[in-house]
Amino acid sequence: MKEPQIIVCAKQIPDPEAPFSNVTVNVEKKQVAVDAPDVISPYDENALEAAIRIKEELGGKITILSMGRKVSDTVLRKTIAAGADALVLLEDPLFEGLDSGSTAHVLSCAIKKIGDWDLVLTGRQAGDWDSGQVGLIMGEMLDVPCVSLARSIKIDDGKLLVEKSVPVGYEMVEASLPALVTVSNEVGELRYVARSKMLGLLRRPMSIPKWNSKDLGCDIDRLKKLQLTELVPPADMGRQCTLIEGAAQDQACRLAEVLSELR
Amino acid sequence: MSEILLLVEAKDGALDKKSLELMQGALGLGRQLGVATCAVVAGSDTARLAESAASFGLDKVYRLEHPLLAGFQPDAWVKGLEWLCGQVNPGIFLLSHSFVGKEVGPRLACRLNTALTTDCLGLSVDPGDGLLVRTKPIYGGNAIASLKCEGVPQMATVRKNAFEPVGEAQSASAIVEMVPDIGEDAIRVKSIKMVEQEVVELDKANVVISGGRGIEAKEDFDMLEALAAAMSKSHGNVMIGCSRPVVDKCWMSSDRQVGLTGTIIAPDTYIAVGISGAIQHLVGMIRSKKIVAINTDPGCNMFKVADYGVVGDYRDIIPALVKKLEEQR
Repeated sequence: MKEPQIIVCAKQIPDPEAPFSNVTVNVEKKQVAVDAPDVISPYDENALEAAIRIKEELGGKITILSMGRKVSDTVLRKTIAAGADALVLLEDPLFEGLDSGSTAHVLSCAIKKIGDWDLVLTGRQAGDWDSGQVGLIMGEMLDVPCVSLARSIKIDDGKLLVEKSVPVGYEMVEASLPALVTVSNEVGELRYVARSKMLGLLRRPMSIPKWNSKDLGCDIDRLKKLQLTELVPPADMGRQCTLIEGAAQDQACRLAEVLSELR
Repeated sequence: MSEILLLVEAKDGALDKKSLELMQGALGLGRQLGVATCAVVAGSDTARLAESAASFGLDKVYRLEHPLLAGFQPDAWVKGLEWLCGQVNPGIFLLSHSFVGKEVGPRLACRLNTALTTDCLGLSVDPGDGLLVRTKPIYGGNAIASLKCEGVPQMATVRKNAFEPVGEAQSASAIVEMVPDIGEDAIRVKSIKMVEQEVVELDKANVVISGGRGIEAKEDFDMLEALAAAMSKSHGNVMIGCSRPVVDKCWMSSDRQVGLTGTIIAPDTYIAVGISGAIQHLVGMIRSKKIVAINTDPGCNMFKVADYGVVGDYRDIIPALVKKLEEQR
């Protein structure tokens, strides 16, 4: 079998680990602002890790595909430092605020334009809206076998073998290539990337193709924005926290009392 | 407007509670719109499940029956439900935000050329345009969005506990048998084997002690185990949980993960050790009756949602706490 050509779809989002006090809801503009650095959505990092493991075993090429109006080079070069080979960015004002079906349409157009591919991987859901739809819809649009919630992915003799997380454990499934797989965090975290390696890459010029809706030939009438009718902050989740202070021994004594009261 | 359809699911051979909640939501919309509310059960032997589903005041229960619908093969289920929608043309189609709903919903929506909204907490109908208004948490629950989509059927998956389970009705619903047209060629992903693992059900615990990114080594979970053992003598069922980074490190299996993509729990007491409180984790435990946090960072999210906070190193505090609890008896 030829070396597998893998495409990993990665979304850039505000760091979902950010303290929630950094999240502001603008009710009037129906917008959420998050004061946090952008990162690659965590499940997409898991997808990249799965891709790198396949490449380590079988060779091949990993292309990162990312859509958004301002995709940060810095963030995405982390994927190169970790082991991806190429980046393709999809940028167009028309791509902003799209619903899941439209996002899947744009990504599918890009995947068809890349042309030579065996496997598309993406996170099970993005860490901002947590919709969990784009991967599955892309599977339909690309008209290929589609497996969700992978905890392990292997290509063996040209066949795709996936361990899929299910409520009672996991299911071994098999499909032919090309295929699409959505990846869950049980795959494992993206390998550590040394900062020096990241910085080295940032200094090196690199050609990153940027495609817009015309380049992709996507059906502009097919692109639908999310229609928000209302956006509100949640009911206050905060509680009054009683801090237990002192040395560890004293804290433990007080905590033991607290726990006894909570019986 | 045509009927409302909902997908009923089974758990351990009986009706899943989530489906009863979904029925409540769907029946409410049905009354508001003055349209029939119907359910579909899918499988290869659906007689009993259909009968149970028929006792809750729905207008009809469709038995979607086919040998390929045995178990849950997503390819076959998507095909079967696509066929059913072609037959009955529902105006609204609701699914639980469950393992099945999360997989079937998006694929079915794409095939029916409509749009789905996942993980909804509330549903209503805009009287102006008749579209379904879908309310869902975004940014890990830091904002609540309401949105509308074009397309028929109007589709949504609904989160557990969004509605009260429906009660039994006086008269039974009509049961309609439907045999979908599904060919072997619809199945592109073949199941080779199901590996059942022992799965902990964190939602059954009285106390959950969870470790997070702040836990330095896998072995340190032994300290949490020791605390669980000490507490289990007086606090009922005490279980060990974790946040996502611990599963990413492969230190724990995902059934122990608390959070949006893990289990959503509300125990009597939740003890968070070395968990900063990423929003996706907080969604999973915020409804706990009492929350205790142990963390070295006094500024972390977890202290904002906790009732009791201990700023310090768990490696000092937990062993001392275990000793103290054992002395108390």
